[in-house]
Amino acid sequence: MSDNSYDAIVVGSGISGGWAAKELSQKGFKTLLLERGRNVEHVKDYVNANKNPWDYEHRGGKTQEMIHDYPVLNRDYTLNEANLSYWVNEKESPYVETKRFDWYRGYHVGGRSLTWGRQSYRFSDFDFEANKKEGIAVDWPIRYKDIAPWYSYAEKFAGINGSKDGLAQLPDGDYLPPMEMNCVEKDVAARIKKHYNNSRTMIIGRSANLTAPHHDRTNCQYRNKCWLGCQFGAYFSSQSSTLPAAMATGNLRLRPWSIVTRVLYDKDTKKAKGVEVLDAETNETIEYHAKVVFLCASTMNSAWILMNSATDVWDGGLGSSSGELGHNVMDHHFRCGASGTVEGYEDKYYYGRRPNGIYVPRFRNLFGDKRDYLRGFGYQGSASRDNWGREIAEFNIGAEFKDALSEPGNWRIGIGAFGETLPYHDNKISLDKKVKDKWGLPVLAFDCEIRENEHAMRKDMMIDAQEMLQAAGVKDAKTYDSGYAMGQGIHEMGTARMGRDPKTSVLNEWNQVWDAKNVFVTDGSCMTSASCVNPSLTYMALTARAVDYADKELKKGNNIA
Amino acid sequence: MDRREAIKKVALIMGGTVLGAELFMQMGCNPSPEKVNNLFDQDQLLLLDEIAETILPQTSTPGAKAAKVGAFMTAMVQDCYIPEDQEVFMKGLSDLDKSFDKKYGSSFLEGDSRSRTEFLKTLDEEQKKYAKEKKPEDPNHYFSMMKQLTLLGYFTSEVGATKALRYLPIPGRYDGCMDYKKGDRAWAI
Repeated sequence: MSDNSYDAIVVGSGISGGWAAKELSQKGFKTLLLERGRNVEHVKDYVNANKNPWDYEHRGGKTQEMIHDYPVLNRDYTLNEANLSYWVNEKESPYVETKRFDWYRGYHVGGRSLTWGRQSYRFSDFDFEANKKEGIAVDWPIRYKDIAPWYSYAEKFAGINGSKDGLAQLPDGDYLPPMEMNCVEKDVAARIKKHYNNSRTMIIGRSANLTAPHHDRTNCQYRNKCWLGCQFGAYFSSQSSTLPAAMATGNLRLRPWSIVTRVLYDKDTKKAKGVEVLDAETNETIEYHAKVVFLCASTMNSAWILMNSATDVWDGGLGSSSGELGHNVMDHHFRCGASGTVEGYEDKYYYGRRPNGIYVPRFRNLFGDKRDYLRGFGYQGSASRDNWGREIAEFNIGAEFKDALSEPGNWRIGIGAFGETLPYHDNKISLDKKVKDKWGLPVLAFDCEIRENEHAMRKDMMIDAQEMLQAAGVKDAKTYDSGYAMGQGIHEMGTARMGRDPKTSVLNEWNQVWDAKNVFVTDGSCMTSASCVNPSLTYMALTARAVDYADKELKKGNNIA
Repeated sequence: MDRREAIKKVALIMGGTVLGAELFMQMGCNPSPEKVNNLFDQDQLLLLDEIAETILPQTSTPGAKAAKVGAFMTAMVQDCYIPEDQEVFMKGLSDLDKSFDKKYGSSFLEGDSRSRTEFLKTLDEEQKKYAKEKKPEDPNHYFSMMKQLTLLGYFTSEVGATKALRYLPIPGRYDGCMDYKKGDRAWAI
């Protein structure tokens, strides 16, 4: 086999790409994994993982220079001194905002698997059936039963902790032991359960942190510094999990600094023969060939690659024949909810920093509930005692002030909603050929916004939070809405949706591009609807499922025609 | 903001040091106090240390000066503040010393700890009143900046995190319901 020829090519090394690389190489495919950015080696390159707060000159905050260099990252908590190197260089890789879109990117090996929030939930049939029942967008080509075994498969390898709660809207998985609620969370959960007669529940979050040793990875040490990279390998990332497994097969070659500029499409066979790579360091153009190509470059960038491919056949690029490529952009809208104080637990505290919170599964528009909007939302939150940042009414400076601040303050609980965004055809990205990145490549222009359905839902997201906290005896429960811009959820989805009909979807039920069946897209691009739960676990499951299909088809001699 | 604009802003920040020079004149210290950075000199750092120590003094645990909070403030104001806030902070530092002198007849550095505490308590009340009445677009009061930086600088310092608070680099486990009694220190971070 020549150096440029492989069985499989995977584009992108984040959550989806890592899974594709692992599954393909374990099934015997000689696999080339292409990553546009630098390498980040497990443990060795987690340069800040062992720092103390005082080791940072600005204690983790942001300087004016950082704000100048990272105007997008600066729009949220994401701009900080501690893990700046895990975020894209915004000057090198600009984009166009026809409407504001907060695009938080990680261009390096591991992608955003290093920095993700790790919340891991299954979609249910309420999600898979919603579009069809409501006449929204197109129907998902799969149902829960099709993906359920792959959720189990992904959970067992990744190591997801959680409780089994028997909820139809949030199916139970194959979990490591759950993390523990603190005593205030337990109390509030019990009161909510009683008040709402089980129709609303507060459960412990399900997250990709190890609560027990798992394969050869150490269990969580409760530092809550996951986004610096974990030297214990105690949360799921490409580095801690999928890449070592893929490397162990001897079938994987990882090539950083490799910007995939297009899929090489063969008009005669109507299939891809490989990809074109621009070396980000040398600017050299190289072709790599393979039997199958997995695009896992992230929701926006997988669409960008497709838009740049086969343009001699389709003006809009490979997969554009449906008119849906780059459309139906979704995210989860959030940043609103409620918080208040809890009395009666002054003699209780907690030990360790739990990298996980509590979760309130969706209850709206389910089981007979009917609102003036479609779909629903879930809450994430936690209870904790106030720290030194609080106001002390009795003392304003001096010895007593200092001693008071050296003790924990009141208990406080807060819950914030994550709401489903509908897939709107008009929420779209497109190529802007007038604006070029550092490598002279056209950039993406974003034209997306949330609409009436989401705005109506946000009212409930606030009011319901306040009402539930009040029902649980929480004092001074106040609502908040910090405002939301699309992209801020960092749950981009939908630019190359799956469907049942090539006229209205980009991908089929196996994540194959209808117009080139040996090209699979298994990252967030493929999502037909968004649900309100965090989506990454679904990408893992869909990726493993698609590789299994590709392998079986090739073994049958079908050559994925 | 493009590069040229940024350079102009830096020039403006440099202009801010004139205020620092004024402060030095009336403090009448060493004729050429050493610069700490573009904004602050060594005398101003000492003054900030004493302000911080008055806000968070040594008790059974070390105070803000032991945590080098003055130096922390100079870095934060120079690197993290916008020029408008830098101006408010620098002018405030000078004003603070002037009004202390007016009331107690000495510089803040020379004042005794009782006068310093009394003075900063009044200033904190003024700051709280200002915060309630100010329009959203108005800058924060300089003393609210100093107090916030003092708390941040102290409680995230090695001294503050390990002596005033309890610091666990690697907790190793989680207990959601441990017993707590009044006087037990809070966890750092």
